[in-house]
Amino acid sequence: MFRPQFRGRQVVALSGAAALLLGSQAQAMHIMEGFLPREWALAWFVITVPFFVLGLRRLRQMMRDHPEKKLLLALAGAFVFLLSALKLPSVTGSCSHPTGVGLGAILFGPLPMVVLGVIVLLFQALLLAHGGLTTLGANAFSMAVAGPFVAYAVWRVLQRAGANRNVSIFTAAALADLLTYVVTSVQLGLVFPDPAGGVAASTLKFLGIFALTQIPIAIAEGLLTVLVLDKVVEFEGEGAVREALS
Amino acid sequence: MKPSANLTPLGRLAIVLCIAALVILPLVFLKGAEFGGADGQAEAAITQIDKTYKPWASPLIEPASGEIESLLFALQAALGAGVIFYYLGYQQGRRRGRGSEAPEVRDAEL
Repeated sequence: MFRPQFRGRQVVALSGAAALLLGSQAQAMHIMEGFLPREWALAWFVITVPFFVLGLRRLRQMMRDHPEKKLLLALAGAFVFLLSALKLPSVTGSCSHPTGVGLGAILFGPLPMVVLGVIVLLFQALLLAHGGLTTLGANAFSMAVAGPFVAYAVWRVLQRAGANRNVSIFTAAALADLLTYVVTSVQLGLVFPDPAGGVAASTLKFLGIFALTQIPIAIAEGLLTVLVLDKVVEFEGEGAVREALS
Repeated sequence: MKPSANLTPLGRLAIVLCIAALVILPLVFLKGAEFGGADGQAEAAITQIDKTYKPWASPLIEPASGEIESLLFALQAALGAGVIFYYLGYQQGRRRGRGSEAPEVRDAEL
């Protein structure tokens, strides 16, 4: 059920072929199709694929050992699906959308969210021309790897430190959302260094576009995650968020 | 196990209002803003930094129009919301069916 049938190489080959066939470009979410040079696109695929494979294995293991968690897993996936469709206005006068990966990372740990995040990115790249297949590796790294790992790390640290459950959830989800766009900014900064200021100056420029817009949206996502997980705890008990499944 | 500190109805309402305010306030206070996509701005920034860069790939399928694009976004949101509310309704019904037992007890029975 949770085994998307695609191969990275086919994806790259297909999008390469598409590049030859089509000439136009579209405005897109995260890093747009074709906006990473080939070697960078490939590098991000190489970095992201191991996380994806581990994520698939973790999902299969979870389905086997905890079949009763399927519905909760569907909830985590649906949350990402819903939130990444919502383009919200922000204080910078532009729009961006939340990512929703924090919720699932708190419930299941970061690895399953890599797979769920990639499925959502694929949906948007294939049907909506948002993001892209060539940039899928890079976008998956920022949203589906960096985001969930940040969320999980922040959640664990705050819980160890004895912080309030809702404060921990809020902080974890909001930071994961924000960090996704910080990573995107760094990814673009590395590829397009400023002629004068280099990588740092241009990363700062992209941070001004992505991260600044994202701040209120990240806060909203943190609050929404608190609301939903509060309901999950009400229904399934404290254990649902306390024990990350292995 | 110590009882979980769930949100009070008032707490929930406060959070919902906060979220609404975060989304609505920019629209109220930034009257002249375009509210285009941040990604579009990034695209402009890239072409400004590196004027020679040409995107080497383009999307396989592009929505035929803005309307079709909204349709697909609405569909994506509807699917997500549908599953979320299925979960909430399912759990609500399950709990009704089982009375007011503590969640821990309920889980042990299953």
